[in-house]
Amino acid sequence: MSERRKLGTADYPLAEKRPDLVRTRKGRPLAELTLAAIEAGEVALEDLRITPQALRQQAEIATAAGRPTLGRNFDRAAELIDVPQDVILSIYELLRPGRAKGKADLLDAARLLRQTYKAEKMAAFIEEAAEVYERRGLFAKRF
Amino acid sequence: MSDKPQRSSANSSAGAPQIKVNPKVNRWRRFADWDERPLRLDRFAVEDAAAGFAAFSSPNDPKPGLEIAGGKVKSMDGIAAADFDMIDIFIAHHHLDLDVALEAMAIPSPEIARMLVDMNVPRAKLVRLAHGMTPAKLAEVVAELSAIEIAFAYSKMRARHTPGNQGHVTNAKDDPLQLAADAATAVAFGFDEIETTMRVARNAWSNAIACAVGAAIGRWGTLFQCSSEEAEELQIGMAGFSSYAETVSVYGTERSFIDGDDTPWSKAFLSTAYASRGIKMRCTSGAGSELLMGFHESKSLLYLEARCLCLQRGMGVQGTQNGGIDGAPITCTVPGGMRELMAENLLAVWLDLECASGNDAAATESEIRVGAKILPYLIAGSDLICSGFGSILAYDNSFNPSLMNGEEMEDFLVLQRDFEADGGLTPVGETEIIELRSKAVQAIAAVLEELDLGRPTPDMMASVVAASGSAQTESYMPRDVAVISEAIKARGINVIDVIRALAKRGFREAAQNLLNVVKLRVSGDYLQTSAIVRDGKIISAVNDPNEYLGPGTGYRLSAQRRQEIANIRDVLDRDEVLRTEGRHAKGESRLIQYRSMGEAQPGTDAKEVVIGISPAFGLKIFRTLAGHPLSAVLDALTAGIRAKGCKPRVVRLHHTADTSFLGLSAARLAGSGVGIGIQAKGTAVIHQRDRLPHHNLELFSNAPITRLEHYRRLAENAASYALGEHPEPVVVPTKGEAMGARFHAQVALIYAIETELTRDGAAPENVEISLLEAAQ
Repeated sequence: MSERRKLGTADYPLAEKRPDLVRTRKGRPLAELTLAAIEAGEVALEDLRITPQALRQQAEIATAAGRPTLGRNFDRAAELIDVPQDVILSIYELLRPGRAKGKADLLDAARLLRQTYKAEKMAAFIEEAAEVYERRGLFAKRF
Repeated sequence: MSDKPQRSSANSSAGAPQIKVNPKVNRWRRFADWDERPLRLDRFAVEDAAAGFAAFSSPNDPKPGLEIAGGKVKSMDGIAAADFDMIDIFIAHHHLDLDVALEAMAIPSPEIARMLVDMNVPRAKLVRLAHGMTPAKLAEVVAELSAIEIAFAYSKMRARHTPGNQGHVTNAKDDPLQLAADAATAVAFGFDEIETTMRVARNAWSNAIACAVGAAIGRWGTLFQCSSEEAEELQIGMAGFSSYAETVSVYGTERSFIDGDDTPWSKAFLSTAYASRGIKMRCTSGAGSELLMGFHESKSLLYLEARCLCLQRGMGVQGTQNGGIDGAPITCTVPGGMRELMAENLLAVWLDLECASGNDAAATESEIRVGAKILPYLIAGSDLICSGFGSILAYDNSFNPSLMNGEEMEDFLVLQRDFEADGGLTPVGETEIIELRSKAVQAIAAVLEELDLGRPTPDMMASVVAASGSAQTESYMPRDVAVISEAIKARGINVIDVIRALAKRGFREAAQNLLNVVKLRVSGDYLQTSAIVRDGKIISAVNDPNEYLGPGTGYRLSAQRRQEIANIRDVLDRDEVLRTEGRHAKGESRLIQYRSMGEAQPGTDAKEVVIGISPAFGLKIFRTLAGHPLSAVLDALTAGIRAKGCKPRVVRLHHTADTSFLGLSAARLAGSGVGIGIQAKGTAVIHQRDRLPHHNLELFSNAPITRLEHYRRLAENAASYALGEHPEPVVVPTKGEAMGARFHAQVALIYAIETELTRDGAAPENVEISLLEAAQ
């Protein structure tokens, strides 16, 4: 990403104040997402997804508005955008109590996120969970 | 005071009256009356902190405290870091802002409590401090506040400036036609968010399409949630049908959390997943969930909820749905329960979370408790006052009945008008509603047909458009819906397919509206704290922040919004009263003629009783408030006087319209010295010449329940007084109706018509009345 000033609350809402920054996954501006384009088959659901840039921009705005934890969540979310739904759901399942057999299962999931999806912050979050689960005995088999 | 019986038995021998208690009477019957009240269906619990039944404090609650060393938390609320459970760990790591913590924790709790209700202390300063406060500290501070202080602090601290509301849209059949009609209806009434769920879990996809289509009728911007199993809910969101989620529950004890099959990390991960799909998300928590789940650790409800809320801020969710939620009914069984629910909502907004403030699951059968429960939120405002309000009838609410349901929606609209408070809803007229419902049903029918999911018949559609609830519809049943729902899922139908179907069948505005909602996720603007859509624009805590700093600041009704709220249906004005009277004028003209016979003089006949009628009587006003034609009333009065052998004389008074003076003037003109005064609306009095104006013989002040037989007996009594007898006063029985509420608007308007006709010093006038037919 190129160097630029961080966004602030004055840039919000982006769709209104900074439409120049809002682009679909394929780089199209919001103005192209028209009903006519949908009817012509030129817009698919994929074009209506949020983008990593949008989440990082929202993270900057949230942080500028005094909400750093919300900003960090958006930054983690930016990393998950390209993670397929089944992977998301399997990691969620693994994080539930008693699902992972041991710390290694969670560390494997963290490694997958870090290596395959470059999800560094999300991976660190799961590594933290692995530590806590071990400490609190959450790997115990539940019936 | 002693109530020992010895003294009275000693007295009885001295001849004092002896009161014997009937041995068969063992109960004051008022208790039996109370037993029948809806309130007695509510059960209350004894305060018992050890058993988890304590709202604000428990001996087992930790004392606030924080030790930091080397940039790390060494102990929090009296618990050493080594002994932290997973919730403590998460809060210490993700919620506590260590740059603020020592400063915030050092301020005495009463001082912070005073800052919360001090209009001169800005919200931002308090939010900063909350970020450095532990759960026990936060709970200790808000426990300092009375209910009114909590409500005020809530109004000051809530994140978004403009209040809003959320509604449930469900029905007992999961009927998609009704869901679409009811979603459109909820949108028209102004709900910012609507939430559905199912009677039958596999109907989720059908419910999602139906509500998404219905919510696109009329205007765009209402966010929609389909509450279902976690993985499926996320999939429905990814298919573009729903735009927010709030089913991510968190709990205040480790064992409850594990019993709920989650951890703070699993829930945080799920929250992040929602954001990564561009879906607005808030968590759910609330007093009583740990108590219901059996793992309360003998801690107070407020302290456990403070832990939940610190957790949520740490997770980085934008908001919460709290205020008891499913635990509200049990919270309301303990002393201070409703105050606790307010206090935990205050904690949420103080921590800078969007707050969908409960007022959700019906916490009582008592309508008085319902009204009392909702009022502080209505006047304080809230991001979403209810989460949600049952926009449908109680029996159609698949979440369980809400505190307020479709039955009570007009009560809520009137409360907004009463208090000039914005509860997020707007009255809508009958014509507009029926048009929207028709359009919504046609739109969903077109989508079902176009996607080859179903072919609803005109009869099905017609039954739904008019139906107040699913008991009145002849439409889809849950089994039919399951087929539709499973087809949607199996065929991978998404929102683009639905938008195309709407457009193809001519519902272009609805198609555009639905597209607009889905487009929100591209920029993600609506993921920020407290975001909703108003008039096609995103407003949130970022661009519409609550910056209350005392009177004249904060949210105020605009003139236009005030007008919208005031515009409830069926309101009276002078023209309406005159129009109604005008309809009766013709009928009365066939029954009675009033002929002016010149100025009235005092009579000399000792058997003469004068009936003093008011200025508008029979001229502008033709019926009493009870609906009796004035011709029939005069017939009853004259007949009653004659029945006793006396002589009636009718006199119209022009100098007054006041009942007492009508009566007194009539009495002074009467040869007997007894007169009847009667207003056109039917309020009447029997008066006597030498009495003080308001010291009458008999007063008939309840015109709405005064019947012709009462007027007849009134006249007989007047004649009896004229004859020097002592009749039994006529009693018009009342059932305790709120006569003022029912009639005072009309009374004041009618009375103004009367008083406009009065002229100071104008002489009374004899009136000859001719009853043309049997005036009944």
